[in-house]
Amino acid sequence: MNLTIREALLAFRRAPLLSALSVTTIAFSLFVVGLFGLVAVNLQDALRGVAERVEIVAYLLPGTPIESITLAEKDIEAFPEVYSAVYVSEDSALARARAELVEFRDVLQELERNPLPASIEVKLKPRFRDAEHVNDVADRLRGFGFVDDVRFGRDWVEKLDRLRQIAAAVGLVVGAAFAVVAIIIIGTTIRMAVLQRSREIAIMRLVGATNGFIRRPFLLQGAIKGMLGGLVAVGLSYGAYTLINRWLIQAAFFSTVQALAIVGFGTLIGLFGSAASVGRHLRRV
Amino acid sequence: MIKFTNVFKAFPKGGLALKDVSFHIAKGEFVFLTGHSGAGKSTVLKLVYAEEPVTSGEVRVSGFNVAELRPRDVPMLRRRLGIVFQDFRLLEDRPAEENVAFALEVTGARRSSIPARVMRVLTQVGLAAKAQAYPRELSGGEQQRVAIARALVNEPSVLLADEPTGNLDERATRGVFQLLRDINASGTAVVMATHDLDLVRQAPYRVIELQEGALVYDSAVDEPRDQAATP
Repeated sequence: MNLTIREALLAFRRAPLLSALSVTTIAFSLFVVGLFGLVAVNLQDALRGVAERVEIVAYLLPGTPIESITLAEKDIEAFPEVYSAVYVSEDSALARARAELVEFRDVLQELERNPLPASIEVKLKPRFRDAEHVNDVADRLRGFGFVDDVRFGRDWVEKLDRLRQIAAAVGLVVGAAFAVVAIIIIGTTIRMAVLQRSREIAIMRLVGATNGFIRRPFLLQGAIKGMLGGLVAVGLSYGAYTLINRWLIQAAFFSTVQALAIVGFGTLIGLFGSAASVGRHLRRV
Repeated sequence: MIKFTNVFKAFPKGGLALKDVSFHIAKGEFVFLTGHSGAGKSTVLKLVYAEEPVTSGEVRVSGFNVAELRPRDVPMLRRRLGIVFQDFRLLEDRPAEENVAFALEVTGARRSSIPARVMRVLTQVGLAAKAQAYPRELSGGEQQRVAIARALVNEPSVLLADEPTGNLDERATRGVFQLLRDINASGTAVVMATHDLDLVRQAPYRVIELQEGALVYDSAVDEPRDQAATP
């Protein structure tokens, strides 16, 4: 093991240029994947922000006793999908309208009686903010005898659903394509490193080195290169994020786990890329 | 030690490289393997160190049945052999002593024992003073000595030398040949492929001659003949 580590590290010193090239290639390949990941992360954030506004409003028949409403409110809050249920009385609805609809202030002032109905505003938990669950909850709300009408932006919720599906599909396909391209480029780079040392490998075999002995330093080296590449990629992504954040739009960066995932992905590609290249080389000669 | 019995070797595109070759080399022997380029000298050696598979026949090398060797056992066979080539095959990026130590390291030798063993063989080949020199700083003869030291460091029972003097001038050739004789004198069998007939004539060793893949003369079996007649 000692020797494996030494040989792996020596390879960096003996071929600094090629090693730097490998790390850079891995870094930039992963950087592209990382940039795409940033877009995906931010898109998801944006969608989540939009989804937060999904709200179902149940308008109540006038004269519904407050006791029934309080009970219903409790009931609705106990629905597994429901995050919150808030009663808005006729008076507070009017007050809100006066505050929000400044243009109509005069009209609203002159009203002799309040035309606005009381309502219960229902918000869903994040994972239930899609068309199916919204419809489902709306149906159940209609079941209350004192509910006059239930409103939610049906079209809007359905569009949001569609957008989410498209984002997920595009994310999967493009992300996979980028990852495959990164794997191919990185694999080629590692293959170069193996070919560069093919003479050394031949001599090692000649003096009785086992395949495992020959393979180990390459695997370690590949893993180290992949890890360094991953770290540089995260660094580059952070740089890109800082620029975007400052000059273009408010954006989010990877969570620690996501950043570690990129470094881990690089390490794995380095490891398996080396294993594949060395394995193929050892089988051929 | 090395025993070929009715060995055939065919290359997929090159036809028959060895045709029905049989011989037996005993422990401690010195044998010249002679013949023109392409006669099959290198092929014989490649079969011995399992670089190429045997097409048919039996090859036995210090207890290994080479024709039936599993790939994972090939390294074990090679650790019993020392192999030297015309082109030295040294690693250019490390000094002489590391080139030699390398052969010990791959066998998993105890690290603390390595420097002393390396120094001993480098002394044996007369290069103790140049242990830290890189191959490019050494003459051809010296590089071949490093290669021989590397071949010897695992204390092989047989040293295989494929045209070891092919790239050397006359003086270096004499030096390297004398070194191989000394190694043989200390008990290691030496099989030396060469087409340098002057060298062959200099020493009273056994000669096996190949012609187009067939064994045409073995001085241990056949009548002695006028060496001037051999190609």
